[in-house]
Amino acid sequence: MVFPSAATVDSLTETQGRSLWADARTRFWRNKAAVVSLFVLLAIALFAFFGGFVQAWSNAEIDWTAIGTGAAVNGRPSIASGHYFGVDQEGRDLFARTVQGVRMSFLVGLVGAAVAVIVGTLYGAIAGYVGGRTDQVMMRIVDVLMSIPFMFVLILLLVIFGRSIVMIFVGIGLISWLDMARIARGQTLSIKNKEFVEAAVAIGVRPLTIILRHIVPNLLGIVIVYASLLIPGMIITESFISFLGLGVQEPLTSLGSLIARGSGQMQYGTLWMLTYPLFFLITMLYAFFFLGDGLRDALDPKDR
Amino acid sequence: MLSYITRRLIVAVPTILILIILSYVLMFAAPGGPFARERPLPPEILANIEAKYGLDQPYWKQVWDYVVNIVVHFDFGPSFKFRDQTVNDIIGQGFPVTLTYGLWAFFFAVTLGVTLGVVAAIRQNTWIDYLAVGLSVGAQVLPNFVLAPILVLVFALWLGWLPGGGWNGGAWQNVVLPVVALSTSYMASIARIMRSSMLEVLNAGFIRTARAKGLPMSRIIWRHALKPALIPLLSYLGPAFVAMITGSFVIDIYFSTGGIGQFFVNSALHRDYSVIMGITILVGVLTIVFSLIVDLLYAWIDPKIRY
Repeated sequence: MVFPSAATVDSLTETQGRSLWADARTRFWRNKAAVVSLFVLLAIALFAFFGGFVQAWSNAEIDWTAIGTGAAVNGRPSIASGHYFGVDQEGRDLFARTVQGVRMSFLVGLVGAAVAVIVGTLYGAIAGYVGGRTDQVMMRIVDVLMSIPFMFVLILLLVIFGRSIVMIFVGIGLISWLDMARIARGQTLSIKNKEFVEAAVAIGVRPLTIILRHIVPNLLGIVIVYASLLIPGMIITESFISFLGLGVQEPLTSLGSLIARGSGQMQYGTLWMLTYPLFFLITMLYAFFFLGDGLRDALDPKDR
Repeated sequence: MLSYITRRLIVAVPTILILIILSYVLMFAAPGGPFARERPLPPEILANIEAKYGLDQPYWKQVWDYVVNIVVHFDFGPSFKFRDQTVNDIIGQGFPVTLTYGLWAFFFAVTLGVTLGVVAAIRQNTWIDYLAVGLSVGAQVLPNFVLAPILVLVFALWLGWLPGGGWNGGAWQNVVLPVVALSTSYMASIARIMRSSMLEVLNAGFIRTARAKGLPMSRIIWRHALKPALIPLLSYLGPAFVAMITGSFVIDIYFSTGGIGQFFVNSALHRDYSVIMGITILVGVLTIVFSLIVDLLYAWIDPKIRY
């Protein structure tokens, strides 16, 4: 029997040593819709960050020439007047307002995703790893919370504690982790009997350390996928609440309230008030959707 | 089976109670009562009013009375803002409207969604399939508060075919746009679920057997493939059904249908707590009951599931 030399063994292991993440990266870059979405989102993020430096008018200034009947004449989107996206019905610059709205949407998406990732993952991992009665009780709580109509409770919260960004974040945070907890638990159940966890138990690692060091890193792929798929839903929730006039209050704004105001004005020939916020919202939603889809194809081995 | 039903009920009843108590506690946490005015009422009058609504009782007694009234008499109490109306009146007025267009929307979403999904699955990787997938991805991400203004803009403002709002006793012209706006995203989701489950079924062994026997494709679809393919859809339809018959706030507000969502948002803006709570509880109970029914149907239809 001829054993391969040490050199050939080395070269073999080197060619085979592709990590899960490197694999996922190649798959992701091959997905054109997802890559385009990523760049579109980057562009919108740049718009949200730096739009404030480009705007000719601040969101608080009122252009008195472009108010009332003047809106349809002087308030049109134009480079010359400095209203790149036109004005809203109070004569405020829509470019500045849209920048504000897009920022709000990003913020909501980030906060929601963060809560989902941190709370949901830990909750699910603990329930799945501990198992038994604890698991039963913890997942029953998730079941109960899930069957509550959250849109109603969120509106109730906003009405009672006053409309503010903080309350919207609290409300969205309350909902967002539930799905994640279920997914993380399911994944934990399939991981926890693997050898590396057994080895960790055998050398006496404490359960919490096992969860943080050995379980959670292995959940990351699926967690990232579902976090990105959750984001559009959260952006929709916030815009929805603001569309109803129950969301953030002036002078703050969000894409939802801009759309509501724009659609209230559309019979007066000032259609840009609707189209610009609508364009940004729809673009963001589709981009997040395709990005999440691409990430799922790249990271979720089940769907391969 | 019986033990499964019991177990589900054991979860459902506390959920409803938690919902009621949670809303009640939230209401008391609110700064300023429903009778707070710019100019404070004299304490005697305030005491009289509070006694009338039972607000002078200890909290636990109030919650208890509230729950007993709902469970035993199906009575959600009076509205705090509209003195001549009870919450029951408001629900009785708004719910039929929402129910009407909700049922239509559900009907269209299911029939069109299932058809689209099945056709896409049969003609996989043809232009019909791509069109169906494209449409459903497009419609699924579009929230209805985006779709509603676009529909009004096109059909009411530019084409002038349909009224942009109002209910008009449920005349068909007034129902069309709310139904389309409400059902589109559900239809898209249904088509997607249906397509993937149909594809899975079509690749199964028993379909190959049916084909080998020489059955025509239409008969295979109708007799053999449709029923198992519908099963995954069922778990989606339960919550979707409740969401549709309780309507959507956007549809009610945007089209001024006078449905339950409009009352809810108006009460929310006027801090009419009893109405908000009544509607929240009603929707909560409906959600829980329907998800229970769907799970039972599931167990009945799918012989693979054993409890």
